[in-house]
This record gives sequence, C-alpha cells and structure tokens, in this order.
Amino acid sequence: MDIFVQQIINGLVLGSVYALVALGYTMVYGILELINFAHGEVTMIGAMVSLTVISALVGVGVDLPGVVIVLLGLLAAIPVCMGVGFTIERLAYRPLRNAPRLAPLITAIGVSIVLQNIAMLIWGRQYISFPPILPQGRHQILGATITDVQIAILVASVVLMLGLTLMVKKSRLGRAMRATAQSPQIAGLMGVNANTVISLTFILGSALAAVAGVMVSAYYGLAHYYMGFLLGLKAFSAAVLGGIGNLAGAVLGGLLLGVIESLGAGYIGGLTGGVLGSNYQDVFAFFILILVLMFRPSGLLGERVGERA
Amino acid sequence: MSLLAIQHLSVSYGNIQAVSRADFTVDEGERVCLIGANGAGKTTLLKAIAGMLPVAHGAIHFAGQSITRLASHQIVHLGLALVPEGRGIFSRLSVQENLAMGAYIRRDKAAVQQETNEIYQRFPRLGERRNQPAGQLSGGEQQMLAIGRALLSRPRLLLLDEPSMGLAPLMVKTIFETIADVAERGVSVLLVEQNARLALATCERGLVMERGEIALQGAAATLAQDATIQRAYFGV
Ligand SMILES: Nc1ncnc2c1ncn2[C@@H]1O[C@H](COP(=O)(O)OP(=O)(O)O)[C@@H](O)[C@H]1O
Ligand SMILES: [Mg+2]
Repeated sequence: MDIFVQQIINGLVLGSVYALVALGYTMVYGILELINFAHGEVTMIGAMVSLTVISALVGVGVDLPGVVIVLLGLLAAIPVCMGVGFTIERLAYRPLRNAPRLAPLITAIGVSIVLQNIAMLIWGRQYISFPPILPQGRHQILGATITDVQIAILVASVVLMLGLTLMVKKSRLGRAMRATAQSPQIAGLMGVNANTVISLTFILGSALAAVAGVMVSAYYGLAHYYMGFLLGLKAFSAAVLGGIGNLAGAVLGGLLLGVIESLGAGYIGGLTGGVLGSNYQDVFAFFILILVLMFRPSGLLGERVGERA
Repeated sequence: MSLLAIQHLSVSYGNIQAVSRADFTVDEGERVCLIGANGAGKTTLLKAIAGMLPVAHGAIHFAGQSITRLASHQIVHLGLALVPEGRGIFSRLSVQENLAMGAYIRRDKAAVQQETNEIYQRFPRLGERRNQPAGQLSGGEQQMLAIGRALLSRPRLLLLDEPSMGLAPLMVKTIFETIADVAERGVSVLLVEQNARLALATCERGLVMERGEIALQGAAATLAQDATIQRAYFGV
C-alpha cells in the first residue's frame, strides 16, 4: 500500500471537514472582525444532536437504510445548530458590538466554555459511539484505500463549498454580505439591515458546522462534549493559514492543514527515529501554521491588513 | 407641504454638539445647497437626516412622516438617498455590483436593468469597467458611480455631500450637469458643497451653516449677492 497517497487521501478528507468549520470562522470574521471561538462548540453540538437522533432511531429499530438514518440525524442537527449560532450572536456578541475589541473575544471564550458545560450536562462525559450503520465499502485507488464514508465526506464538502461560493458571489444576500463586510454604514444606506445580514451569517456558518460535526463523528466513529475544542482550534488555524476573512483561503487552509497533519502522522515516527509518535500530529500541524505566519502574517490568500477599507 | 422638514435638530458626538437647533425645509422638486466652512457640521447634518447618526433633539419629517428615529436602511425605502462624503463606494465589489447594491430595495428587475443601462450610457467609463473592482476607478468615476448607485434606489430626495471634492474641473462640470439633469426629472436635491459660488449658481435656495447652526438662509441669487458671503465663501 502506498502510504504517501493514503495519507494524502486521509488528509483531504479530514481537511475538507476543517474547511467547512473554517468557513464559519472566516465568514464571521469577514463581517465583524470577530473570532467566534464558540464555533467549534457549535460543531460539537451538531455531532451530539445528530448522534442522539441516530442512536434513538437505531435503538427503536427503525427499518431504514443507514444512510437515511444519518441524514435524519443531520436534518435534526442543522436547525439546532442554526438556532445556537443565532442565539450566540444575539445574546453574547451583539450587545458588545461597539465595545473594545477584547470584550467580545473574552466573551467568545466564555460562550465556548458555557456550551461545553451544557453539553456535558446533557450528554455526560463519556464518549458516544457512532452506530455502525453506514456502508463499509472500501475502494482501491492509486495503491491506496478510500472508504465509502470518506467519499461521502469529500463529495458533500465540495458540493457545500461550491454552493456557498456561488451564494456569496452571485446572490442578492451574498452581495449584501460582502457590502456589509466592507462598510455596514454604507450598506445601510442601500437598505441593508446589517443585523439581519450578521444573523444570517452566523446561521449559515452554523449549518455548515452541523454538517461538519456529523462528518467528523461518522469518520472517527464517536463524539464527545469536548471534541469541539481541538476541532475548532484547528479549523480556526486553517482559516488563519489561508487568510482569515477570505472564503477560498479557508478552504485552502483547511485542506492544507488536513494533508500536513496526515503526512505528519504518517511520517513523523520514521523521521524522528521513533522518538515522536503519530500522536504528535497536532503539534506538527501547528508548527507549520506558525512557520507560515512568520513569513506571511496575513495568511496564504489574505491581503495585508491595511488593504481593508 | 415640504418634502423634508427639519425642526430644531441637534446632533452630538458624545459631549460635542456638531449640529444645533437647525430649522429648514426642502420642497418637492427644489434644489437647496448647504454651504459652510470645514467642520461647520454639514456632513453631520446629512448623516443624521439619512439615519446614520442618532438625533439628540428635534425632529425630521420626510414625505409627511417622522423619520427622526428610523435607521438608514428603513429611510431609503421612503425615497431618500445619500451620496456620502468621500463617495463610499464598495471598492472590492465590481462596478456592476455597486449599482446592484443601489437597487437593493427594488424587486422590479427589468426596470433596474434598464436604468443601469441608462447610467452606463450617461457614464460610458462605468460601462466599460462594469466587471472591474470599483476601487480601480478614478475619483471622478467613483463619484459618478456613487451618484448612479444612489439614483437606482429611485429617490424623491437626493442628498449629496461634497460631490466635487478632489475632482478635476472637467469632472466637476460633469457631476454638476448630472445633478441638474436629476433635478430636471423632479428629484429634489440637498447639496453640500465647498465651492459656494458653483453651489449657489446650481440651486434655487441656499443655507449657510456656521459652527453647527444654520446662520442664514434664503434665495440662492440673494445669497450670492451678499457681501459677507462673498467675502467668507467666494474667496474674494
Ligand atoms: N465621528 C466624530 N466624532 C467626534 N466629532 C466629530 C465626528 N465627526 C465630526 N466631528 C466633529 O463635528 C464637527 C462637524 O463635523 P462635520 O459634520 O464633518 O463638518 P463639515 O462636514 O461641515 O466639515 C467638527 O467639529 C468635527 O470635528
Ligand atoms: Mg463634511
């Protein structure tokens, strides 16, 4: 088996999940210049809600294909996450819209901790496992293996990213989002209600996070109240790597981070003569992030800060 | 009845009162200019009318309705548009997208398309560069874009904040011709302008602002003859 190709495939799958979450960070940052640190927790809630529904359906023994059951779980998770995202903005960030920059940042960290604790109260501290109901097909490609779940994650991510790009580039709402990102006051003169656009941005990002949450729990086969922390941190890093505020940057950053992490995990043991194991993959990814930011502080596709009007 | 009626209007930035007890009206189809030194409060006054700044005291009525407490995104629906100081174009959106933003509140796509084409005919440079980021336009082209964008909301009253600022004389002429045409079609105009002579020649009535107050108002022709105004604003 070709380890290199295998790690690239694994990395792209993981990276496309990071990218979906990173899009949420970058959309909110683009409009509010706010880092919504609670976004990782929204992803976790998506995973938890969908798993709860999926487990319940499997538990009562409904006679439906596994894919349909997972889709039903997703269908429950999406509106819940949308509601959570909307509420976070409304209650935690909007009252601080004109406060010094540090205030919403601290609040974001607070919201993140609150959501983790609420999740712990609802779902407990134990890992919740994903019922083995999805197709387990494995396919050979270029000497490596790709599973049905991996294919589904890749295809769904690509479709969602294309859909989002199209929406932002072509639709009336997307145009209003970009105009508001540049100047809420001038967009207001055109008739755009900035608060509505901001709410919709949170709702949209949260829907993507819900999908990502389901993907990541299906991929690893489990979910946990604390899973949003590292996932959120990595997705945020991906957004920064690509250039925060830039949609294409979030996708590029997510995929790169996924691939780097995967290759790191695959080769780090050999490279260090077994001193560092594959559990150091996270360190490896953040190390690359720091390196990139040293040479390009605005990220790969980001513009220099001064260019923002 | 007046289209726009300002009563005892005061606007503040914290403790600084930038507009004090302003009283004036703009009638349907009328062209009114607002002149005054730098820092007199002209921009503040226009922003307050357009709903971009909160009103401290007083009232603003537009088309028979109080807009004192309305936000800008609500006011534009009533037919009031502002071409802001410094043009305020969306530099990263294309020229076409900037115009589309001007028509944001409208649903009659065919008419919007028609009017957009008219703007491209009037300003061919905009048509040629419709797919380029608006930030790449020259200052004069950006001003045309800002005016075209404001017109696409189909305003009854157009507020313009120093549209000639920093422009070459030929461009200033084009801008003022456009303003005259717009007024010709029945749109009322409230024009803030540094070039007092040109402003008074373009408008029927004039307001003079000093330190936040409307110090003087009257027929433009009369104001243009006033020796104090000539000394203070014509640079003679
Ligand atoms: N954002 C602001 N914060 C505080 N003071 C301001 C602000 N904008 C304008 N001012 C002050 O308000 C006064 C009026 O300004 P402005 O309305 O811009 O005048 P004009 O347009 O006539 O040049 C000035 O003294 C100016 O310094
Ligand atoms: Mg001004």
